[in-house]
Amino acid sequence: MFDFILSKYNYWIYVILMMIGFYAMIGKRNLVKKIIGMNLFQTAIILFFVSTAAKRGGTLPIIEHGHGHGAHAIEAAAYINPLPHVLMLTAIVVMVSTLGVALAIVIAIYRRHNTLEEDEILRQQK
Amino acid sequence: MIPQSCVLVVVIPLIFSFLNLLFGWFRRGLCYPITLVALALSFLASLHTLNTVITSGTIHYYLGGWNPPWGIEYVVDHLNAFVLVIVSFVALLVAIYSKKSVEKELPEKIVYFYCLFLLQVTGFLGIVITGDLFNLYVFLEIASLAGYALIATGEDGAPFASFNYVIFGTIGACFYLLGVGYLYIVTGSLNIADLSQILPNLYHSKVVLVAFAFFLVGVSIKMALFPLHVWLPDAYTYAPSAVSALLAPLMTKVGAYIMIRIMFTVFEPYFSIELIPVTSILGWMAAGAIIFGAVMALAQIDLKRMLAYILVSEVGYITLGIGLANRNGLTGAILHILNDAFMMLALFLVVGAIMYRSGKREIPQLRYLHRKMPLTMAVFVIAALSVIGIPPTCGFFSKWYLILGAIDANKWVFVAVLLISSLLNVILFFRCIESAYLEPIAEHSSVGSELAITREESPLTMLIPILIAGAGIMSFGVLSGKIISTIIQFAIPIGF
Repeated sequence: MFDFILSKYNYWIYVILMMIGFYAMIGKRNLVKKIIGMNLFQTAIILFFVSTAAKRGGTLPIIEHGHGHGAHAIEAAAYINPLPHVLMLTAIVVMVSTLGVALAIVIAIYRRHNTLEEDEILRQQK
Repeated sequence: MIPQSCVLVVVIPLIFSFLNLLFGWFRRGLCYPITLVALALSFLASLHTLNTVITSGTIHYYLGGWNPPWGIEYVVDHLNAFVLVIVSFVALLVAIYSKKSVEKELPEKIVYFYCLFLLQVTGFLGIVITGDLFNLYVFLEIASLAGYALIATGEDGAPFASFNYVIFGTIGACFYLLGVGYLYIVTGSLNIADLSQILPNLYHSKVVLVAFAFFLVGVSIKMALFPLHVWLPDAYTYAPSAVSALLAPLMTKVGAYIMIRIMFTVFEPYFSIELIPVTSILGWMAAGAIIFGAVMALAQIDLKRMLAYILVSEVGYITLGIGLANRNGLTGAILHILNDAFMMLALFLVVGAIMYRSGKREIPQLRYLHRKMPLTMAVFVIAALSVIGIPPTCGFFSKWYLILGAIDANKWVFVAVLLISSLLNVILFFRCIESAYLEPIAEHSSVGSELAITREESPLTMLIPILIAGAGIMSFGVLSGKIISTIIQFAIPIGF
């Protein structure tokens, strides 16, 4: 059991981080804390994708002197998978823009309500 | 035939969105015509694509010449092409409509509004056209981010409503992304066609099940399927009227499209229907959505909020068609994507026009509107009859197929739910129609001449899209047999 947890510790960290973020998004009443939760949640997903790419003993997927000498068979197991990393580059851009939009909206909320507590805003809206 | 037409559908609004920013810098007045040109071109390209699909079958377009599964591929079949035309046409109508309402509601933000507007449409079109799961995620986020920003520009409660939407939307999108990740672990591919070849051997893998669950929950949040709809009513109530007229008909329909794609193209119908009982769960959630949306709509006085709850119930109809998982049910669901897009478009446009003219949006304040704005109110009545499901309007036909599908599936509870919701819709809309049309005039006319009713029809740029939407509702009803025989019967996924 302990071995099972330890051998896949990166996935466990991903799950724990994601749950912390998820809790903060749903459970916290302060809007900035919600955004921090959202960021944790998204970062956990990056960790997950990068974990899936890793291989024990794998190296960078660059073939030295590859051009013209690439006739020999390439052993895929020796190289980490670059594709999840590339996907995450795109996802990071998306997440940064989400963060930007969320922060801009929080500024707009603060200008109108003068507070960032959800309860207080709901009270003012009534 | 232009081979690039299907990629132009997406690229034109994307490029013009940045041109908007560039030209808007010098002259604000240019933004409106630029947006119209972009959407008109995009609409023409999507019509051309639909025509090509009908005459010569599915289109595969490899971006940058990279063959799938390595490169990104655009695949357009009957279902895509159909939804593409709906999205680009609805967006064009809303763009025409937006001139006056944006000048009134967001006078200082015209440039940014149109820039975001086009980005939003780009997102919708990209979601529909792409044949790659990760590319779909990117477009989903483009559409959502533009939507968050557009909603936040609305009236007082808008930023907070938009913030809630950001939180929910991000959870939805991240779940979708996790689903993509899990599928990538077991298959090593992101291409939809490739995945549908590889997956059948892996259907009993737990990873695939988890991926499927993440997909469904993520997409359900994005399409506001009950009980994950909580972000929707506030967001669409407080958004500027042109924004809710764009988002309400399209966001939910595009979500429904993703759901159909994932359940029946990425996974085979056998997996979604027999291996795990997800369609029956969806059916019950949809029945809940239909009843809950209608009941909550009954409790509203604010017209726009009432429409938002009706939208929740309309999402239920489409999902019910998917959940029935037979030929008639899916025909109903796909037909309802078209019909509901136009019904919601007409209703939100009319409410926007009423608010523009009178600033009022509560049901008791509607009185005498049939005298002030006869044409606008006529379209409101047509759309209302269509939501209820009266025969010559299009709403009747999709409901008819849904009921046939429920009978085929031997689920009489769903037949009852559909009929009850029609009755609830009758009450809902007759409340509005009564307040608008049937208020006696005599007792007020004695009070003074200031109550004399003058005709104040909505401005022409608003009236034209409203009338086109109304005409659309009628003509799609009359032509529904033709639409089904030329497009929808081929759009139904293989295996039914």
